[in-house]
Order: sequence, then C-alpha cells, then structure tokens
Amino acid sequence: MRVMACLSYVPDTAARPRIAPDGRQIDRTGIKFIMNPYDEYALEEALRVRERFGGEVLAVCVGPEAATEILRTALALGVDRALLVRDDWTLDSFGVATALAHVARQYQPELILMGRQSIDFDSFQMASAVGELLGYPSVSVVSRLTIAEDGSVEVDRDIEGGKEVVQTRLPCVISVQKGINEPRYPKLPDIIKAKAKPIESIEPPLVEPLSDIVSMELPQRHRAGKILGSSDAELDELIRLLHEEAKVI
Amino acid sequence: MAAILALVETDAAGLKRSSCEVLTAARTLAAQQSVGVTAVLIAGPPDPLQQVGVYGVEEGIVIEHELLQDYSMPAMAVALAQLVEAEGACTVLIAANARGKELAPRLATKLRAGYAPDCMEFRLQDGQLLALRPVYAGKVMATVRLRTPIQVYSLRPNVFTARPAEYPVVTTIRRFQPQLRPEDCSAVVRDVLRTSGKLDVLEADIIVSGGRGMRGPEHFWMIEELAQMLGGAVGASRAVVDAGWRPHSEQVGQTGKTVSPSLYIACGISGAIQHLAGMSSSKVIVAINKDPEAPIFKVADYGIVGDLFDVLPRLAVKLAHFLGKPVPERFLNLLQQRN
Ligand SMILES: Cc1cc2nc3c(=O)[nH]c(=O)nc-3n(C[C@H](O)[C@H](O)[C@H](O)COP(=O)(O)OP(=O)(O)OC[C@H]3O[C@@H](n4cnc5c(N)ncnc54)[C@H](O)[C@@H]3O)c2cc1C
Ligand SMILES: Nc1ncnc2c1ncn2[C@@H]1O[C@H](COP(=O)(O)O)[C@@H](O)[C@H]1O
Repeated sequence: MRVMACLSYVPDTAARPRIAPDGRQIDRTGIKFIMNPYDEYALEEALRVRERFGGEVLAVCVGPEAATEILRTALALGVDRALLVRDDWTLDSFGVATALAHVARQYQPELILMGRQSIDFDSFQMASAVGELLGYPSVSVVSRLTIAEDGSVEVDRDIEGGKEVVQTRLPCVISVQKGINEPRYPKLPDIIKAKAKPIESIEPPLVEPLSDIVSMELPQRHRAGKILGSSDAELDELIRLLHEEAKVI
Repeated sequence: MAAILALVETDAAGLKRSSCEVLTAARTLAAQQSVGVTAVLIAGPPDPLQQVGVYGVEEGIVIEHELLQDYSMPAMAVALAQLVEAEGACTVLIAANARGKELAPRLATKLRAGYAPDCMEFRLQDGQLLALRPVYAGKVMATVRLRTPIQVYSLRPNVFTARPAEYPVVTTIRRFQPQLRPEDCSAVVRDVLRTSGKLDVLEADIIVSGGRGMRGPEHFWMIEELAQMLGGAVGASRAVVDAGWRPHSEQVGQTGKTVSPSLYIACGISGAIQHLAGMSSSKVIVAINKDPEAPIFKVADYGIVGDLFDVLPRLAVKLAHFLGKPVPERFLNLLQQRN
C-alpha cells in the first residue's frame, strides 16, 4: 500500500510569538520550529500500515527550505521518500491543500495520513479539504484506525463526550489524534544514514488564495487578577465575587 | 431568499446551545448587512425548528434524504452545497464542534469558498466582513478576510452568547431534498460510543481541573465532587494524563482540548504555556495553588494561594451551602477526621 504522511513545520509549543513589523504574521526569528506534534502520530501510523501491508511511505511537507529538517527525521524513522513542496509561508490553507492534493494525484496513495490540527493555525481543516479536492472520503480526529484486507476501513473518531465509529474505504484521508499509537524514536545510526538520503522538492501549483490575513495581534489580557489567601473569610469572599462580580455561580 | 444559512443541530433537549449561539450570531450579522437568515437543520428528530423563532429567525429548512439517516459527513457536505446553490446563499455559519469542524472545510472546499475556522468575533469594516480567530494556540489573534463570494465560517462554541430575540417570530419551515447518490455516503457513522454519561469539557459551562498538585489519582474525587456540585466537567493537565491518573479525553491544553467555559477552576496546575493555550479564553478563571509565583495566577481572575488539600474541602462545604446543595459526605468525613 502507498501511504502519504503530511507533516507540517510549526513553532515549538513553548514558543511565545511576537508580531512581525508588517503586522500580518509572526516574527519567526529566534523561534524553534518542530514537526507538528500530531503529525508524529500520523507518521507512526503510516509506518505501521506499511509494516502490516507492505508498500511504501511518502512524507510530504509544504514549507520553507528549513523544513527539510523534519523530513530528515521522517527518513530516519523509516519513510521511503521525502518531498518538500517549497513555500515560504505564502500559501493560505487552500493553497496548502491544493499542493498536497497535487502531490497525491501524482503519487496515487491509497491512504493519506495527517495530524488532527497543525498547531500554528489550528484549523482542523486539511483532511476535509484534501479529501474533497481528491474526491476521497475523509475522517478527522481519529484515535483508532483498522484497515481490512478488502480495503474497508473502520475508525474511531473523537467527538464531545465520546467517540463515533465511522466506516469508510480506501483510498481515504484520515487525520489522527493523540492516543492512536505511541510514536517510535529515531535511532542514532538511522539519523546518520538519513543525512545521506535524498529529499525531493517541487514548486507548489499556482492558485489564488481564498483568504487573507488582515492583521495579527497579541490578545489583550485584562484579567482583574484578585489574589486571595485561603482563610475562611477569603473563601467566602471568593464565592461572593464569583456570584456578584463575575456572575458565574 | 436568505443570504445567511445557519446550521443547527439538536439533541434530546432540543436545539443545542452551540446552535443557539450560531443563530444569535447569524441574526446580528444579518441585521448589519440587511439580509435574511435561514436556519438549516442537519440532524435528527424531533421538530425543533420552531425553537428557532425564539432567536428571531423566520425561516427554517430541514434537509431530508433517506441516505442521510446515518450521519455521513461527505454526504452532508454534498447536500449543503446543493442547498447553498439553490438558495443563493452567501454566508454559511457552522458551530466549530467536532462535527462542524470536519464538515465546514469539506463544504467550503466543495464550493471553492473561503473558510475561516473557529471564529470568536466578527467585525464589519467598509462593508467587508472580518473574522477574528485564535492562532498559535490562542497566543495570537488573527483577523481574517475571505475573498470569495460564498463564505464559510465556523464559530467557536461558548464564545458568542446565545440571546433570544426581543420579539420572537413564527418560523416557516420548508423541506429540501438533495440529490444524493450512495457513493456520496463514503464515510458513515455506524455507532456513537458515549463515555459513561460524563459531561465532556467541550460541552461544559463550568470546568474544575486538576493537575500534578493533586498528588495522585486517589485524590481526584475532590475534583469530581466539586465539578458535580457545580454541574460542570472534570478537566486535567497533561502531566496527570501522561501519568495515567486521568483519561486523555479530559486533557485541556494545546495538545488536548481547547475550552472556553464561563468558569474554569484550576487546582494544583502550574499554568504552563501549553495548558494556558487550552483555557485562557475561559470567561472567568479561578486558580488554587500553593505557590504564589505559579504562572496560572497571571491569567486568573481570582486566585487562592493555599494548599488545596486544606482549601478544597472547606471550599466544597461553603459552595454547597451557597448553592443549597448537600455537602458531599467524603468532604465531611475528611473535615471531621481533621478536627
Ligand atoms: C509538545 C507539548 C505539548 C503539551 N501539551 C499540553 C497540554 O495540552 N496540556 C497541558 O496541561 N500541558 C501540556 N504540556 C505540558 C506542560 O508543559 C506542563 O508540563 C503541564 O501542563 C504541567 O502540568 P501540571 O500543571 O499539572 O504540573 P506541574 O507543572 O508540576 O504543576 C503542579 C502545580 O501544583 C502546585 N501544587 C503542588 N502541590 C500543591 C498543593 N498541595 N496545593 C496547591 N497547589 C499545589 C504546584 O505549586 C505547581 O504549580 C505540553 C508540553 C509539551 C512539550
Ligand atoms: N504545510 C503543510 N505541509 C504538510 N502537511 C500539512 C501542512 N499544513 C497542514 N498539514 C497537515 O494537515 C494537518 C492538519 O492541519 P490544519 O488543518 O492546517 O490544522 C496537519 O497535522 C498536517 O498533517
């Protein structure tokens, strides 16, 4: 089976972004970038599907040259091919979806795996968007994936207060959730070997963006911030404040 | 002739709260743009569209097709796209809940419409609609403008307040029969597994969350009792989920759930940036922590500096009295042992 794993290159979760002078993006200098945490699960699942069914795994990232770093990690973990679609943060989500669909049309994967969300824009949309562009079914936020020999697929998908069991078929697009597997770590010899492996790269197809970012701002924190001790009188005061001032109880 | 379609969902109690929020937002936008709103019911009996009138929405459409008896997101996107075209609608509003977040981008892509996910606010500027949405786990707010004639927005639950209209109206209901083929139902929900009747943090208006300061899973009954007393849900930090004290479904934060309840009570949680990312848009935040320097106090509206093993039992008793509810026995036993 051919599996495509989509990896996005995102600021570390501990990063504290500042706004760039143009006011429309974050200032990326000095920020550490990593493989999107959810994509580690997508990559692991791709490797497991290959281990079970044979075939190969292509890792794809739409991102800047520096993102080859996470593609190297993917190679060290055992993907067969790695592809960078070059984009210096210019594409909107539709542009990224179009680029991923373009790669899929050429590679013809039976399964496309993604993370549930990319922790930069937190859009939760790529699986649905790429699925639609390709005419494949898509299921998002999946915490269990079972593929049968006949190509039928059953997944658990996390929803509020439980899970949905969804039935679908290959070829399909699945976005995964933490809990689906425990990602492996790359071994040192494999990291060294991966350094010599090729990383392919292409230009994205040209499409008009469907959305613009007009501006970005740091959210205003205007919390009153009343700090109390823990005496009985102060706990009574807390309840009074929650009732009379905040009106939440 | 409605320019705005507002998707609504129901549960046993009628219209979901997130749907009431969507209707209120739709009404506000419609008034600003002098256009109409149509509520679209995408799931299940009974016939709750009458409730829509409470929110001042005069028109409702029920999508009906035998292939939609079991929920299928791809089929729903096909049906909605046909409805958007049939109605000549320009704007589609969908709650950014689990189903909405999956459906909205599929619909938008099908229509080649711009999509702004997880919106928290709308502004009208020079006749153009701008949507404000959190990015980078809420560390940054982005203002987004969609360029396309048809636009799809999903609305973060619990952010837009549901407000009944000043004058309720009688809603006229129509049926819409989409053209669906069996192959449109390419992914179908076969079953829904509920987690043991517990309220999910994503649906709760009040969340009581515990972190490593709780010292072990055996003390989480205090969090559970408090949550139950307040009619809320139990949340957790990643540290306690990773330690296996609590299930992942309760994890709040950048790699857990993003919540914005009316009240979030953090007990023994330090307030790491990844945790704050998931809860800092809560309306009111209470932090209980013994360390006055804990970062959680920086986002808290009200902080209690103290040992939670001392604070929680006393707070529980006081809250029970205030709410007129019985004091949970385990707290009483604990306090008696101490005296
Ligand atoms: C990629 C990545 C993703 C992450 N995603 C998340 C996420 O989604 N959600 C999340 O929560 N974290 C996440 N984290 C982890 C985060 O960085 C913190 O490690 C975690 O939130 C800490 O949990 P905690 O506050 O329970 O524990 P600690 O940081 O250990 O804090 C415990 C707190 O309890 C207080 N305390 C101890 N005893 C008492 C007492 N008796 N009474 C009162 N207070 C007491 C202490 O003063 C301390 O402030 C992520 C980290 C990474 C690297
Ligand atoms: N630039 C990108 N390159 C490759 N994959 C991506 C990119 N952006 C998003 N994805 C994939 O889509 C998933 C969901 O992202 P999103 O819908 O943008 O939140 C991510 O977890 C990735 O698997």
